[in-house]
Amino acid sequence: MNRSEYKNVFVFAEQREGEIQGVAFELLGKARDLAKDLQEEVYAILLGGQDVEAKAQSLIAYGADKVIVASCPFLQDYTTEAYAQAITQIVTDYKPSIILLGATVIGRDLGPRLSARLTTGLTADCTRLEISEEKELLMTRPAFGGNLMATIVCSDHRPQMSTVRPGVMKSMDKDQTREGIIEKIKINFDESKFKVKIIETVKEQTSMVDITEAKVLLCGGRGIGTDQGFGNLQELAALMNAEVAASRAIVDAGLIGHERQVGQTGKTVRPDLYIGFGISGAIQHMAGMEESEFIVAINKDRYAPIMQMADLGIVGDVRQIIPALTQRLKSMKK
Amino acid sequence: MKIVVCIKQVPDTTEVKLDPVTGTLIREGVPSIMNPDDKGGLELALELKDKYNAEVTVITMGPMQAEQVLREAFAMGADKAILLTDRKFAGADTLATSNALAGAIRTLEYDLVITGRQAIDGDTAQVGPQIAEHLDLPQVSYLQNLKYDGKKTFTIKRATEDGYQVVEVDSPCLVTVLATANQARYMTVKGIVGAFDKPVEVMGADKIEVDESKLGLKGSPTKVKKAFTKGVKSAGQVYEVDTEEAVGIIISKLKEKFII
Repeated sequence: MNRSEYKNVFVFAEQREGEIQGVAFELLGKARDLAKDLQEEVYAILLGGQDVEAKAQSLIAYGADKVIVASCPFLQDYTTEAYAQAITQIVTDYKPSIILLGATVIGRDLGPRLSARLTTGLTADCTRLEISEEKELLMTRPAFGGNLMATIVCSDHRPQMSTVRPGVMKSMDKDQTREGIIEKIKINFDESKFKVKIIETVKEQTSMVDITEAKVLLCGGRGIGTDQGFGNLQELAALMNAEVAASRAIVDAGLIGHERQVGQTGKTVRPDLYIGFGISGAIQHMAGMEESEFIVAINKDRYAPIMQMADLGIVGDVRQIIPALTQRLKSMKK
Repeated sequence: MKIVVCIKQVPDTTEVKLDPVTGTLIREGVPSIMNPDDKGGLELALELKDKYNAEVTVITMGPMQAEQVLREAFAMGADKAILLTDRKFAGADTLATSNALAGAIRTLEYDLVITGRQAIDGDTAQVGPQIAEHLDLPQVSYLQNLKYDGKKTFTIKRATEDGYQVVEVDSPCLVTVLATANQARYMTVKGIVGAFDKPVEVMGADKIEVDESKLGLKGSPTKVKKAFTKGVKSAGQVYEVDTEEAVGIIISKLKEKFII
């Protein structure tokens, strides 16, 4: 492989039902930094149905220099094989140096399939991406749990591929005046490989909350204890216009849905204020909230790991503090 | 029907703690378990065995001690077990791991290959889809529920961020399963007793159908350039006070931040 043939930073611009996902804009923001260091360009790959081209301009406004658009009924709804074929063709034709994908359900289904097809490396859930002096992509991710970080390189294979979770990178401000090129291409599909048939796609109401958007997040952990304890936390959150989230233990106990789980197997959040109630700070959890602007931890254990990360630590029993705090807020509202 | 289930032995990360002083991991004494998503995958296979008399082969890659998870799988009801172990597999990233597992699966007959969605020690969710690509199988990831028509077709419910999707696929195919897809059965006493009499087939790099250059460190496109601890962020102020005073401190902080 001649590495020097591979140039430019590509972003897979994931769309669902024609809507470009926020993570695509975040990745474009990061791609701009990388392309600047490489003195190369940012390309967005936009795959979708008939009307998808209409969305291409927004990708330019968020940082793409060029948008490669393939619109075709096979690409309207994501399927592994059609998308893998499309991107494989694009990689063959355009020879990107880097491809970034969101670590979404789609990105995590597509990324590894592509890496195996293209025989190249894929680094999952990167929290930092930068260019080395040797012009290599340095991909940093939490290793084994989160406290240990590993910087990973893919020296001998191209493209260098990474997935990044939604909320980890920052998108640039939308700039409607930015100019770019939209390039329509045609994919030559091998339809005989299309073996998975979508019967239906269903959105569920319960999953509509997005804790990654919350400004104030009250997060309950094992120390909350019971149903009752969690109910109290929800009451408190309502008083503060905050959203409720939870650690894995609480989600596993069935007290709340997985869509509100913070941590390595849940969501990465960075609210203005995070308050951990009875959260000890397992490394997997902290990997998902350490970028929060201000962290308050309330825990019985003075030496719980979260106390070392908190901007404000309160040593105490959340089962007493939550009702007392609720009471106080209520009386203040009167 | 023949089913191959890939399982991994992982440290029980819920038991891993941080040293409060140095901020580093305390790994000593952390027990090993069968990766939860893989256990969900094995349970799915065993349910198909119960209903359709499927033959279930479990396969793991790791050091000799990984045999433990294979014995556990026997005790749950697996029929055959393969341990992939060889120094040539060492240092493998996800792609090299998937090459080794796919190389072993090629030596077997299968209608369905099952992996967990991801392992709790890496959370990459890559090896399943990579195996599918090597074996040229269609893949369905994030499986929550599977129905089989008894002949050839699977109807699969898979989780998405904001709901679910139902898809249809014929065998042979590969699925990646969520731990929450089912309630994994316990080992039975009879199973545990029998588990130690069943043979575990040990396979090295010479027994599998894959080019050796694709294995281990040599076959890994990604390399760890450096590993480092994040460093403990300097702790803020910690108060050990009674409930009333604690509430007061929190309230004043909320006011300072214009939240109330």
